[in-house]
Amino acid sequence: MTAGNGTVQWLHDRYADMRRIRRFEDITYTLFRRGTLDGTAHMAAGQEAVAVGARAALGADDYVFSTYRCHHHVIAAGAPMDRCFAELLQRRTGLCGGKGGSMHLTSVEHGVMGSYAIVGSQLPIACGAAWSAHIRGTGGVAVAFFGDGATNIGAFHEALNLAAVWRLPAVFVCENNLYAEFTAIATSINVEHPAYDRAPAYGMPAAIVDGNDVEAVHEAVATAVGRARDGDGPTLLEAKTYRRYGHSRIDPADYRPDEEEETWFARDPLTVTRRRLDELGVEASRVDETDERVGREVDEALETAMQAPEPEVGDAFADVYAEGGAGWRS
Amino acid sequence: MAVTMAQALNTALHDAMEADDRVVVYGEDVGMLGGVFRITDKLQERFGATRCFDTPLAESGIVGTAIGMAMYGYRPVVEMQFDGFTYPAFEQITSHLAKMRNRSRGTVTLPVVVRIPCGGGIGAVEHHSESPESYFTSTAGLRIVAPGVPGDAYALLRRAIESADPVVFLEPKRRYWAKEDLDLPIETAPIGRALVRRPGRTATLVTYGSMVRTCLEAAEAAQQEGWDLEVVDLRTLVPLDTDTVVDSVARTGRALVVHEAQVFAGFGAEVAARVGERAFYHLEAPVLRVGAYDIPYPPAKLEHYHLPDVDRVLDAVEQSLEY
Repeated sequence: MTAGNGTVQWLHDRYADMRRIRRFEDITYTLFRRGTLDGTAHMAAGQEAVAVGARAALGADDYVFSTYRCHHHVIAAGAPMDRCFAELLQRRTGLCGGKGGSMHLTSVEHGVMGSYAIVGSQLPIACGAAWSAHIRGTGGVAVAFFGDGATNIGAFHEALNLAAVWRLPAVFVCENNLYAEFTAIATSINVEHPAYDRAPAYGMPAAIVDGNDVEAVHEAVATAVGRARDGDGPTLLEAKTYRRYGHSRIDPADYRPDEEEETWFARDPLTVTRRRLDELGVEASRVDETDERVGREVDEALETAMQAPEPEVGDAFADVYAEGGAGWRS
Repeated sequence: MAVTMAQALNTALHDAMEADDRVVVYGEDVGMLGGVFRITDKLQERFGATRCFDTPLAESGIVGTAIGMAMYGYRPVVEMQFDGFTYPAFEQITSHLAKMRNRSRGTVTLPVVVRIPCGGGIGAVEHHSESPESYFTSTAGLRIVAPGVPGDAYALLRRAIESADPVVFLEPKRRYWAKEDLDLPIETAPIGRALVRRPGRTATLVTYGSMVRTCLEAAEAAQQEGWDLEVVDLRTLVPLDTDTVVDSVARTGRALVVHEAQVFAGFGAEVAARVGERAFYHLEAPVLRVGAYDIPYPPAKLEHYHLPDVDRVLDAVEQSLEY
């Protein structure tokens, strides 16, 4: 075994990380079905290996920029799950004090510098963070996650060009789950691989990686991060993956062919990793224990979040401006 | 000594970069050329290509990178080469620059200045002559600064760069070459304070940016009619100093809002509404608005017809007095 730090425990830990996210997403979906959560949410179940594999290749001085499908990145970064749930539930203890909601999870202390619900916006912003790390000489790397749909938006192309021409310590990770919202990405591009095939236009190294294989993702991101830290500039990665749920909570994803779902669900990252652990001699009962332990953690986090206070009216007017307040406008 | 607004802005950037090495200045043709209006002239030569540099033609990328830099301790000052070129960056400005602080519950502060040479009067056409302020004044989270004279251009730009909040800094490009006798550096009233540029008793002209000079000229010309016009220069649109405006209107009893932007749903509508709400019993006439017509910016040969000038301002004053 070459991935991670080369130990079975490493892989078992990553399995736990992914299981934690899966449990969080399954509960989130249930909360919506029960009407406990307002607004919307975009579950990342099925895509856990991308977030967890990538995060394992990052250090404390690195930055992550995410999309509206961000729960897995934020949890993988180590943000407390009770505060993640609290944010979804719009409670004052939420990561953004209840102001951001599901699509905007941000945790500066964990290096998650925002989740951006306008497709592609985070890519230029990540370039700015990478520029800062580069000029300050911190050795930090900015990682921007985005979906396949983002590869058709201008900001993606502006950012890739900027990163390449300025040789920024950035890694662009496309989570290609085959669908841009409700539309198959294959119908809206004229190339096979939405991200990978665009990289040559920017003179940027790129790779395709199995996004359901946490070891493969880790290895690819670690290589890209190493290049960035060595001053060799940015890399574009396209992780092939698949979401368990639809685009958002209301979407049953009826537009996906049954055979396609069956094929991908059989390759679910948790299934893949469990099988791998089995091959490595980890007893099934130990993995079951992990499932139970992690499940309890998530359940307790939800309970804590449910007890948290709701925002007050004054909160809506706070933090709009650093100076002077926002009340005078209304 | 006589200083143009362009020189004042250039000196402000220079002094800000000297005072604080977190200040970086960049944009299209900003580095080597020194900007198409030469506002960043010689800054790259003086501070090096890390602190003043050229970018690809990518406005969303320019503002987006500024956000990322500001998250990590820099104070970027970016130039939108022309007003209309700001629109490709609109999404970054309104969705993220303005809102990250709120969204992150104050943990992310973005001290970014977006400089926009704006307005017409230089014989350019649409996309090069626009007044985009109301797009930004309606977005909470941004400060909107609009100097009209060189001294303010210097002082307000310095304050904008020091501001913890993001600032959209509107430079009236037709006034880049207007001069004022000053010794730089200069301190003027802070962001958020309007100034009475000329005291008067007959009516109040509320204005900002390029129209400050037009209003002062109108006030001079009005003396021939026996009218003594007060000119209030807002200087900043957000925060808006309603008190200074209302105090003035309380003295004169008449208010006209003059700006280069179109009248329809322009910033003057907000000022007029506030005056109506707070100075109703002082008003001898409805608050009138003088601005451009609500059409796409016309060809250069029709510019003089489109933009408010001294005559248009005085016609409106007469209308107010005859009410």
